[in-house]
Amino acid sequence: MTARFPAPFARRSLGALAIALAGFTGSAQAQERDMLNVSYDIARELYAALNPVFIENWAEETGETLTIEQSHAGSSKQARAILQGLKADLVTFNQVLDVQVLADNGFVDEDWQQDLPNNASPYYSLPAFLVRGGNPKDIQGWDDLIREDVSIVFPNPKTSGNARYTYLAAYAYALDKFEGDDAAAQDFVGKMLGNVAVFDTGGRGATTSFVERGIGDVLITFEAEVENIRAAEDEGAYERVVPSVSLLAEFPMALVRKVAEERGTTDVAEAYLNFLYSTEAQEIIASFNNRVHDPEVVEATADQFPEVRLITVEDVFGSWAEAQETHFADGGTLDQVFRN
Amino acid sequence: MAKPILIALALMFLAAMVLLPVVAIFDRAFAEGAGAYLAAIRDPETLAAIRLTIIAAMIVVPVNIVFGVAAAWLVARYRFWGRRALLILIELPFAMSPIVAGLCFLLIYGAYGPVGAALEPYGIQLMFNLIGIVLVSLFVTCPFVMREILPVLQVTGEAEEKAALTLGANGWQMFRHVVLPNISWGLAYGTVLTMARAMGEFGAVSVVSGAIRGRTMTLPLQIELLYNDYNATGAFAAATVLTLLALVTLVLRSVLNRFGPNREAHA
Repeated sequence: MTARFPAPFARRSLGALAIALAGFTGSAQAQERDMLNVSYDIARELYAALNPVFIENWAEETGETLTIEQSHAGSSKQARAILQGLKADLVTFNQVLDVQVLADNGFVDEDWQQDLPNNASPYYSLPAFLVRGGNPKDIQGWDDLIREDVSIVFPNPKTSGNARYTYLAAYAYALDKFEGDDAAAQDFVGKMLGNVAVFDTGGRGATTSFVERGIGDVLITFEAEVENIRAAEDEGAYERVVPSVSLLAEFPMALVRKVAEERGTTDVAEAYLNFLYSTEAQEIIASFNNRVHDPEVVEATADQFPEVRLITVEDVFGSWAEAQETHFADGGTLDQVFRN
Repeated sequence: MAKPILIALALMFLAAMVLLPVVAIFDRAFAEGAGAYLAAIRDPETLAAIRLTIIAAMIVVPVNIVFGVAAAWLVARYRFWGRRALLILIELPFAMSPIVAGLCFLLIYGAYGPVGAALEPYGIQLMFNLIGIVLVSLFVTCPFVMREILPVLQVTGEAEEKAALTLGANGWQMFRHVVLPNISWGLAYGTVLTMARAMGEFGAVSVVSGAIRGRTMTLPLQIELLYNDYNATGAFAAATVLTLLALVTLVLRSVLNRFGPNREAHA
């Protein structure tokens, strides 16, 4: 069996074991630094494209060889793991509340959202629609989602952060449409939830229901996801529809100061976060269908992103914490709408 | 008349529930050709996951062999206060959901747990690395070896062992020449089960892994991750490796069954 592996395999195995053992005795004297970016579940390819660029830039500037390790899972699970001792030097999440939890526990600076531009969110996205090729049900906006002949797929807002954005986007749209009439907005969202064919627990399950099982006329998820799914399937099989109004979805990041100081990585972790705002990085981020702020890149990629008016959670619901409390807590608005 | 019907029913059930899914794994893994399959297997992160899975199993299996033999011996040969409680305690991992087990380990050995917090000042970290993965794997597999050996020890009784001691054997000689031959098949069988479970465990490992790519991702975690990344070929290619590892242990098991004495008794 071993003969079939190239010789370096065995050596690397021993190396890995040695590193693992050194890691827990704390005796490793690192000549080169390594850094751990703890991130949300669907960002792997994005950071796999960004990290080599930063590593090269850093080596040119300082001569130091960096290793950037990535961890990807649901961002609430990741936040919890960091609280329990996962040594993250920085976090790149898709939920503001999950960074806030780290701030509340002293892992992240209290004013982390002001430390970096655009609410510490180098890129953003929004809930958009994926419809079947040719858009047979002619779905153009939120109003079409409450039509009786339209069947919708998106995950359960109780378990999926992605679906919370969809729910809040629809709610914000309805409040806007009915000029702040809360009862009318609840009625609107209730009708929309009534059209949902299947509530999967997460984004991936919803995608499977829509693409592989052929359920529903429209899948609602982040615009970047819509484009990534479209790219992975046959050309023309699906179309993207961006509604005229949607909700701003931020991707907040922060230095985990408590860990970075302990591991002596504060300077490089901060440089990494700033790098994400550079034109070079923003180009890469935009190529993964996320919207960015860099004016140069915005202009160059204007064709890629249809115009949309974005409402923020803060504008409509006060804050994420308040939205969580009012809408998603047990007995909240979501539960009431579900019941009706 | 009843026999052919039963055979047909059993075969149909097995084909639908066992054979088909296994075939599907290989079918999907090779859907984009052998080249894509090989490239997926040779992905550095997948190789790292295979390596970590094997390293963890190589630590878990010997530890559980030593613990299982010692525990079975203790329970079979001695009567003491708390013996029944010990038996129940050893079997607890069978009954407990792996995800609960993982959470318990975090509570105790995580940075805020009593043990984790005590070790933290010395720079010793138990969770989110190889140690954490080994610890929870030990937990979920600890009943296997003991459960396989205990009935054998109880059946053989201690007459032969006492005879050996009377004839002047020391403890080790008695164990080596009398006990070990008796329990060897049970021991091998328990080892195989431990190995299969240690390599395949998902829930408990998922909680304590930290999901650091190329470092703390075991094969089952890597498979789920690749699948969630819309990388079906990568996921199923990795799944074939895990399936093959499992098949090796299964073949080992059936070989043991064939040559082992009295396996029908409790297999």
